[in-house]
Amino acid sequence: MSRREIGFTLNGRPVTVAVDPDQKLARLLRGLGCPGVRIGCDEGVCGACTVILDGRTVNSCHTYAFQAAGRTIETIEAIGTFDQPHPLQTALADEGAVQCGFCTPGLVLSAKALLDREPAPDDELLKRHLDGHLCRCTGYEKIWTAIRRVSAPEIPDHETRIPDGLSESPGTGR
Amino acid sequence: MARKFNVVNKSVRKIDALALALGKPLYVADKVPAGALHIKFLWSPHAHAVIESLDASAAEKMPGVHCILHHGNVPRVVHTTAGQGSPEPSPYDTFMFDRKVRHVGDRVAAVAAETIEQAEAALAAIRVEYEVLPAVLSMDDAMKEGAPVIHDEPEAHQPIPVPYEPKINKAAFVGMDVGKLEDGLAGADEVLDRSYFAHYAQHCPIEPHVAFAEVDAEGRIVIVTSTQVPFHVRRIVAQCLQIPVRRIRVIKPRIGGGFGVKQEVLVEDVVALMAQRTGRPCFLEYTREEEFVSARTRHPIRTRIRLGAKRDGSLTAMGMDCLSNTGAYGAHALTVVCNCGSKMLPLYRAPHVHFTGTAVYTNLPVGGAYRGYGATQSSFAVECAMDEMAERLDLDPLEFRRLNHIKSGETSPVFRALGEGKAGVEQAIGSCELERCITLGAKEIGWKKRGRWQDKTGRLRRGIGLACLMQGSSIPEVDMGAASIKMNEDGSFNLLMGATDLGTGSDTVLAQIAAEALGTDVEKILVYSSDTDLTPFDVGAYASSTTYLSGAAVEDCAQKVRKQILAVAGALLGRKPADLLAADGKVRAKDGSGEVTFGEVALHSLYAADQHQIGALSSHITHKSPPPFSAHFAEVEVDTETGAVRVVKYVAAVDCGTAINPKLAEGQTEGGVLNGISYALTEEYLFSAQGRMLNPSFTKYTIFGLRDKPELKTILVPSYEKTGPYGAKSVAEICINGPLPAIANAIHNAVGIRLREGPFTSEKVWRALREAAPAGASRR
Repeated sequence: MSRREIGFTLNGRPVTVAVDPDQKLARLLRGLGCPGVRIGCDEGVCGACTVILDGRTVNSCHTYAFQAAGRTIETIEAIGTFDQPHPLQTALADEGAVQCGFCTPGLVLSAKALLDREPAPDDELLKRHLDGHLCRCTGYEKIWTAIRRVSAPEIPDHETRIPDGLSESPGTGR
Repeated sequence: MARKFNVVNKSVRKIDALALALGKPLYVADKVPAGALHIKFLWSPHAHAVIESLDASAAEKMPGVHCILHHGNVPRVVHTTAGQGSPEPSPYDTFMFDRKVRHVGDRVAAVAAETIEQAEAALAAIRVEYEVLPAVLSMDDAMKEGAPVIHDEPEAHQPIPVPYEPKINKAAFVGMDVGKLEDGLAGADEVLDRSYFAHYAQHCPIEPHVAFAEVDAEGRIVIVTSTQVPFHVRRIVAQCLQIPVRRIRVIKPRIGGGFGVKQEVLVEDVVALMAQRTGRPCFLEYTREEEFVSARTRHPIRTRIRLGAKRDGSLTAMGMDCLSNTGAYGAHALTVVCNCGSKMLPLYRAPHVHFTGTAVYTNLPVGGAYRGYGATQSSFAVECAMDEMAERLDLDPLEFRRLNHIKSGETSPVFRALGEGKAGVEQAIGSCELERCITLGAKEIGWKKRGRWQDKTGRLRRGIGLACLMQGSSIPEVDMGAASIKMNEDGSFNLLMGATDLGTGSDTVLAQIAAEALGTDVEKILVYSSDTDLTPFDVGAYASSTTYLSGAAVEDCAQKVRKQILAVAGALLGRKPADLLAADGKVRAKDGSGEVTFGEVALHSLYAADQHQIGALSSHITHKSPPPFSAHFAEVEVDTETGAVRVVKYVAAVDCGTAINPKLAEGQTEGGVLNGISYALTEEYLFSAQGRMLNPSFTKYTIFGLRDKPELKTILVPSYEKTGPYGAKSVAEICINGPLPAIANAIHNAVGIRLREGPFTSEKVWRALREAAPAGASRR
């Protein structure tokens, strides 16, 4: 098998690039000027490398580069700027939900992909959607508060905590 | 104790939060120079072996390969990887590469090549023949007579004068006695003697270890690394490469989490030597599997607790004997086991106190610094034993603790007797709001409704447990932090410090302290931290020290600068500095007769008259290690048919003095708590009979995700620690210590079983339930 040229749309711009058959999308994107694609586990679990592929989130470390051919990819580089951050980015920063920040871009992309389709998801749907993102710093409390605030702005703070009884078994939610 | 602050004690936004949320190139891997070589390690497949021969000649000729390092071609310098002050209180028992390998995943060789694939191909071409030695795979085996000696190399030694006996696999030993334990136990109405085991775990920073090095135009080696200890990295790499410290610069960019595992010099020696040998930038990042197997872990520790108590609930004696598994190397072996005693024994008053700590070598993964640092392991033992003793005495476990815990103004002989690798420092407790932590936490969890396990029925049974905790704030008379501040033309300030923000938000917290002291806001403080060429020294981010220790250096420095500002403003306004006030970026005359902005002061000082740079440098050491205190409460639900334990609600009430940034302090608490719950319920290392970790991946070593999170409630209970900056104490480590004992105690309160070894998996709970109940009697 040999390198093959593929074309796709990256953050609104057409890209043509030669890829190896076993090359992973995460490393390709990092090489294409998207350092916000973080690689945390390289085994498709931690969610730090999340990108939006044709409107759905994927773990780009577990996606082959050639699978991007002819498709549209959004990375964190296309979401928000210092002057005009996405409301999710503002909320995460304001709530103290960004500690080391390594998982944050992936979380932003996952939440955005969901909210673009479903602006007011219920707790269960939102949780299911965010569960693929491991964070070792925050205990998720402030992440949840921040994202819940953006996705359901009318809900006051004290009702935005995860109600009890929602995880079926510990540590196996993914 | 309520004090009025302008910037401190406010939840200002973490200064780097938005840049991180925008995905900016802030981490090591984002800064790798073009054309960098990739480094991959060859790891030992054996737990204990001698390399009989290593032939890299074929691998060296492979395409893209630039350099291969192994024991035959690197300096043989005995050192420790523990990133501690000099001389390190950890044994010197490690070489960059050695002829002997001591655990599965120990270093054998490293390749630098143009691509990762080429490096990996070369690894496969290195021919190594091993003489496999019998392996030591448990603490008990390590201590048996005739056990294989793991460190038989003649160079192994302790750089400080403490017991070290590698010939019997003993990496560390420490002990102390106050009074006589036997007398205390003899005078007791009830005596408890129990052992508890806190298990292996990994820190799991989402960013694994990563570093690169390059040789600059003057031939100096510049290392950019994800570390908690940039200055210790510089010193230890210089030692390993046998070059002067001045030939090395270490830069720490943003870090993707550390939790202690990056208080270790694990990759920097190799990237530096590779860069020196090849003249090319060299880049290395651990895979997740390498992070589990070849980085560092929480030392597994078995703790025997002996308690004596009178019928009235007063403790007569506390004995603690800790046996720690340091794995193949002694990194932090002594100091972690010291901390088991020094952080938990002073929590309760007892006239007779006994402690021993022993660390043994095994051919298993290497222990290291992990948030909690021994106190996690010993709090499990102490806090479960306190519950077991309360039950014997028929006392409410909460009241039993109230009767005995240390209070403000009191001291403990343990403080002086036990430090980190040497005697400790006497101290009286200043601030202590543990009493209020207990009261507020108990109310929040609904302590009164907990009931007796004997009265609970049904398949799903709930229980409530508690744990009281203590940690420290810095290592007194040992650790030093320094900061410098200079003023800019627009009234902003550069704050330069060695303190190392590993994601905790310490850059923000320290900027708040500077802004408070200067009389300005956080936006005017430009923080640059952790660059050994440019910033003052700091020991780094460990021992719960940054806010308390480095924060005091920053406060002192800012006060010096403030005085200089007032002097210049005095000249401008024609007033004495004593008649002036600095606030909101301005200097005002107290009588309202005039004001100048900080910008005007700076311009005047730089261009107008008596020109000089307004600026200062301060360093700080601490003479105390004031403990933060915390009371934790867990409510659990146990499924008596499956053994599954679910944490329903978790409450952490914390006295960290003044929370410089309350939201960040809550974040530290919540992060520590969830890591602790995850550790208590699911995280564990599984080993093959040959000592190979069987589950080195996030799919098999599961850490809690968002759906696993119970309801978390953090209560910050303010106190004012007079020796800390604006009344602050530490908050980072203490809260990881609670879940293991609080959940164990809650499980007991739910179903009556005592689990003395983590994690509390369904299987373990189910077995314990079956053992406790006669067949057919489990459901009532």
